[in-house]
Amino acid sequence: MTFDIAKVRRQFPILSEIIDGRPVHYLDNGASAQTPLAVIDAVRSYETTSRANVLRGVHRLAERATELYENARADVARFLGVEPMEIVFTGGCTAAINLVAYSYGPLLKRGDRVLISELEHHSNIVPWQLLRQRSGIELDMLPVTTDGQIDLGALSKMLTSETRLISLAHVSNVTGALLDVRKVVEAAKAVGAKVMLDGAQRAPHGPLDLKALGVDFYVFAGHKAYGPNGIGVLWARPELLDAMPPFHGGGSMIGRVTLAETTWAPPPRRFEAGTPPIGPAIGLGAACNWMAALDWTATHEHEMGLVQRVLDGLQKIDGTQILGPASLQNRYPVVSFLLDGVHPHDVAQTLDSFGVAVRAGHHCAQPLMDRFDLDGTTRVSIAPYNDNSDIDVLLTGVRHAATTLR
Amino acid sequence: MSEYQSSELYQARIVALAKSKTGAGKLASPTKSARRDNPLCGDRVTIDVTLDNGKIAEIAHQVRGCLLCQASAAALAKTAVGRDASGIAELRHDAERAIGREAGKAHEPFDAFEPVASHKSRHECVLLPFEALKDALS
Repeated sequence: MTFDIAKVRRQFPILSEIIDGRPVHYLDNGASAQTPLAVIDAVRSYETTSRANVLRGVHRLAERATELYENARADVARFLGVEPMEIVFTGGCTAAINLVAYSYGPLLKRGDRVLISELEHHSNIVPWQLLRQRSGIELDMLPVTTDGQIDLGALSKMLTSETRLISLAHVSNVTGALLDVRKVVEAAKAVGAKVMLDGAQRAPHGPLDLKALGVDFYVFAGHKAYGPNGIGVLWARPELLDAMPPFHGGGSMIGRVTLAETTWAPPPRRFEAGTPPIGPAIGLGAACNWMAALDWTATHEHEMGLVQRVLDGLQKIDGTQILGPASLQNRYPVVSFLLDGVHPHDVAQTLDSFGVAVRAGHHCAQPLMDRFDLDGTTRVSIAPYNDNSDIDVLLTGVRHAATTLR
Repeated sequence: MSEYQSSELYQARIVALAKSKTGAGKLASPTKSARRDNPLCGDRVTIDVTLDNGKIAEIAHQVRGCLLCQASAAALAKTAVGRDASGIAELRHDAERAIGREAGKAHEPFDAFEPVASHKSRHECVLLPFEALKDALS
């Protein structure tokens, strides 16, 4: 297989949208990716032919809905290289991390330590701060190198025999830095700690083999991975899910309820209280299948070619600075930059007038901004459907901002 | 059509206000100070004032934020001296009129912000200095 950009772009109707006479150059994929027809069709099919609640109904629509929902679980599991019953559907990536903090958290005791890093998204910081308030755990932070990578050289001195969990971004949502998972897993094993990866920025770039990665928990968001909003995924090793108490109580997550006590359903249902996001889950299953059908060697090469075009182009504009790895090594297609003398929001607003959508600000990573004493950055995040014209118009817009706003 | 399909947000008057840096800095001995953050975008404004019988005698601001926020703080510094809290509230009405949140025509210098009206996500950038000053005067 090879990478056919025209064929890929045809699958995303929104890329044909014209706003104020200009085509859309969508480079805000790290915040929310666009969704292909395969996903739209899957959700539409559910809503128009199979809409019903799952699990409990005996009528045929309920059976159809349940089958589609469980098929989606299997699709996601295949995408991650794990078993379907190890997949918990959540409301999003943030919800998945909170689930771990609330359900794995009680297995930790006062004085146990959780290790995160300075570059984490707030969703991988605040749940642990809340756990610290609830149960007296200690929170440690790995520092970040000058080129925006988690400084794994500090692992050995940050890990202690009390460290129970290391929770890190697989790919930084700000710098695009790719974590050296092998090194983290080896170090964790040496002290008996578990490893959780926040895969929000990694999952949109191809199938994973979580068993080979050797991690214990993995989370990602549907809407960043070409799926619908309101759906996320927690994968955890089955023995961990078995040991974890529920987070939310309600329907579907029970074994037996009496007024005196309640027993829990086995995972994953134990963690899916109430009616789950059925349509979004079905859409995410379709998104995983859509991703799995791409040739990721060629797709990754295409994406990283665009990253190189961004890096080369920015380097030619006076006063730009990249926050993140300077080369294609150890990075994924997320590029943050600064334009000297122009606030990132003003860069992004100028780009919007060229039809270019990017994100500017602190990217929900204020400790990282503090680390570099920054207000924020302008972030370009790339998906398979982006092409050279997206990057060229981006660079034209940055040059315009440099000329007019400083 | 020119390559730059401008919504004309960054018109010359807004850019000029920001670059004027009117009131930028700190006061040596402020009567009151207040800091406001916009948690959504991370913009931060700190305002110092000295007061004379409840009226602003001196004002200074430190803006860690976008050009709109800088321009608004400069416009406020140009017009705040001699006003008390109710006088500042009048200026705020002017700013709100400029960005289309209130009916009516805004006056100079806040009428410079009229291009912001159609950019709702940027309204708070204009209003953040007012929020900080309101805190300082409360």
